[in-house]
Amino acid sequence: MNATMWVDGREVELSGENNILEVVRKAGVDLPTFCYHSELSVYGACRMCLVEDERGHLLAACATPPEPGLKIRTNSKRLLHHRRLILELILANHNRDCTTCEKCGECRLQELANRLGVTQVRFRQKKQAEPVDVGPALVHDPSKCILCGDCVRMCEEVQGVGVLGFAYRGSRLAVLPAFGKKMSEVECVNCGQCASVCPTGALVVKSDVERVWAALSDPTKKVVAQVAPAVRVSFSEAFGLPPGTVGAGQVVAALKRLGFARVYDTCFTADLTVREECHEFLERLNSGTKLPQFTSCCPAWVKFAEQYYPEYLPHISTCRSPQAMFGAVAKAYLPEELGVKPENLYVVSIMPCTAKKFEAGRRELARAGIPEIDAVLTTQELVRMVRQASLDFTQLEPEAFDLPFGLASGAGVIFGVTGGVAEAVLRTAAWALDGKTPELEFRAVRGLASCKEAVILLGGREIRVAVVHGLAAARRLLETLRAGEGKYDLVEVMACPGGCVGGGGQPLPNDTDHRAARAAGLYSLDRQRELRRADENPLVEKLYREHLGAPGSEEAKRLLHTHYSPRRRISGEEVAVAPGAAAKTKIRVCVGTSCYLKGSYDVLQAFHRAIAASGRAEEFDLGATFCLENCPGGPSVQVNDKVLGQMTPEKAAELVRSLSETKEQV
Amino acid sequence: MFDDNITSGRRFAAVNEIVEKHGRRPEHLVAILQEVQEVYRYLPEEVLTYVATSLGLSPAKVFGVATFYENFSLEPKGKYVIRVCDGTACHVRGSALIQAAVRERLGLKEGQKTTSDLLFTLETVACLGACALAPVVTINGDVHGQATPEKIVALIDELAKGERKS
Repeated sequence: MNATMWVDGREVELSGENNILEVVRKAGVDLPTFCYHSELSVYGACRMCLVEDERGHLLAACATPPEPGLKIRTNSKRLLHHRRLILELILANHNRDCTTCEKCGECRLQELANRLGVTQVRFRQKKQAEPVDVGPALVHDPSKCILCGDCVRMCEEVQGVGVLGFAYRGSRLAVLPAFGKKMSEVECVNCGQCASVCPTGALVVKSDVERVWAALSDPTKKVVAQVAPAVRVSFSEAFGLPPGTVGAGQVVAALKRLGFARVYDTCFTADLTVREECHEFLERLNSGTKLPQFTSCCPAWVKFAEQYYPEYLPHISTCRSPQAMFGAVAKAYLPEELGVKPENLYVVSIMPCTAKKFEAGRRELARAGIPEIDAVLTTQELVRMVRQASLDFTQLEPEAFDLPFGLASGAGVIFGVTGGVAEAVLRTAAWALDGKTPELEFRAVRGLASCKEAVILLGGREIRVAVVHGLAAARRLLETLRAGEGKYDLVEVMACPGGCVGGGGQPLPNDTDHRAARAAGLYSLDRQRELRRADENPLVEKLYREHLGAPGSEEAKRLLHTHYSPRRRISGEEVAVAPGAAAKTKIRVCVGTSCYLKGSYDVLQAFHRAIAASGRAEEFDLGATFCLENCPGGPSVQVNDKVLGQMTPEKAAELVRSLSETKEQV
Repeated sequence: MFDDNITSGRRFAAVNEIVEKHGRRPEHLVAILQEVQEVYRYLPEEVLTYVATSLGLSPAKVFGVATFYENFSLEPKGKYVIRVCDGTACHVRGSALIQAAVRERLGLKEGQKTTSDLLFTLETVACLGACALAPVVTINGDVHGQATPEKIVALIDELAKGERKS
């Protein structure tokens, strides 16, 4: 028999638990916590999980290893008093606009205050209201932060990005991005995992619900939806069903009841993605170039790569993500199909993902400046709409997705789970290379290990596959590649742990158990499909026949592919003054303190005037920057990659003149 | 024609040298920031970002360390940094009066530490360890003991006069 410990007078067997908290929870006591997540490092800050040992010592259960024979109490008058006092102190400086808070009803602080019976707060509020940072995907409201640090550790440990950190000290302590900037101005990839672990409303998903309601009530608009694979296995959780319950039919029915004209399946465009990505992969494999090929479905990963690994951008598949492919084919072909003017077709994505909101706004994915996805709702937001419409979700009769974009193979369905994209591509690649029905399940790429590797024999050659989820794992893999170790042909990256099933927009709780159950739901859906390879999808085939030609065709390239470019991690250091459309000469005037005092503002004005007078304004990209690190020689100006010092308004005018002349000679 | 003036990256080289000297070890962050502040007199954003990148830390973490310690400044400091000691000994001997006089002389508004011409910065410190000389003021490290509002204002006048001449 294993060693034992005593919890509230009952003997509990120890079986390798890391801390007392796990033992206590195993014993059926749900000790309250704010800062403990089994996926993250132990922080021990909130002190909610205090327990008492025999000597009356207080121990933080999360940060104390279990010991054989240890006897602890988890509830006593004293412990309850401590917990209440901690809550009261947290609440004293907490923005208590609970009824109008996005997190109302799902807030851990609210729940615990209620559960432990904190009925009054005796302390006066001291914190000043701070500006709320509303980004493309996330909303950060520091007035609701309880400083548990869950977001800080999630971003750093699991995602390897570290957008948020503790800044200042004592009563001014705050969780902030670097230099107190907005999250959209720093290296945030919009994955939303911070919002997934935030116990309060300090970090929440930016809501686009109102925009969608407005479109739905606009009689001129025809509103259509696409539903991502991971949504169907998590949606019912919000209505009390166990995670992993498949509710695709009910989601379609709910969307129809909300007023969506058509509801399509993102798994259909996932199949389309497989066709394009597999074509691209086989081409690269044959030519031996740009290997490994990285998947491109995850917008958080794409932004991460643009920021940190620009040298690998050519390796990323040029395929748009299934969401963006849907936008392209919907805006290209649906107006005719539905008899609606292109400008009146309103495309809404239902996604498990917050980064998809950012992706929808990417300039490369717009046509003529108009985005192809009009709004992105996360699973959480659709749940909210269903509640706002007072629909009884569990009573809805399931309905089928609409055609032509409503049929998908099992390959498209498993796009929502880590390993799924790689497996989907492998299924089609195996068919193409070996010409026979391949083994359909590539189990080596499944599961929740952070990095999975497999060597698969296809067409007489070994294909090396790596699958990572969590961007910290992606970073580790890329560092080994950078170091020249590790050789792969295909690498799948998903930013969120577990893949899209664990996306930042999924219902809460969004922990490992929920992610695993949702993944199992998707795999069971895959097993039930008659069609399990993307190339078997007859409607994708029809789309190629009627419109696109073949994978990799000119039309497919135009609609279904994109490109990537290196991205500065922290913005806000340059100020565009007169960005020319066809800029060949980039001029940056330093307006840092030193140069500013030496008259750089006059220099900037002189450049502005001279460029306007040159008649070639479109060839100059004039801007201001905050430091060119040439302070003693200032005022400094950077012309393309040269830094020139001791600039004067006269020299500036002369410089512009000489640059315009050299251009004329060429 | 401007080629003589290309001086790109001279100061940056200094930061780089400091980081290299410490073997790019993140546990040396505080020491690195201290030395960088010596070079720049404060910690500019871009430099902090560079330090973070070269140590493999996130800028948010470096920002956290830089804001934790009083000694680090994220704003440019004046040419002359005046530190008025407000430890117990100096306080009871009237350091508050000196502070008020300096603020008035420099025309500093509430919350403002540095004059708009970037000549003077006023700071208070908890103790300079020279209690026998209380009240104590340092100007760019030079200690002035048994200070009075008049003496310090006279010193500032002198420094300002010298600056105007040069």
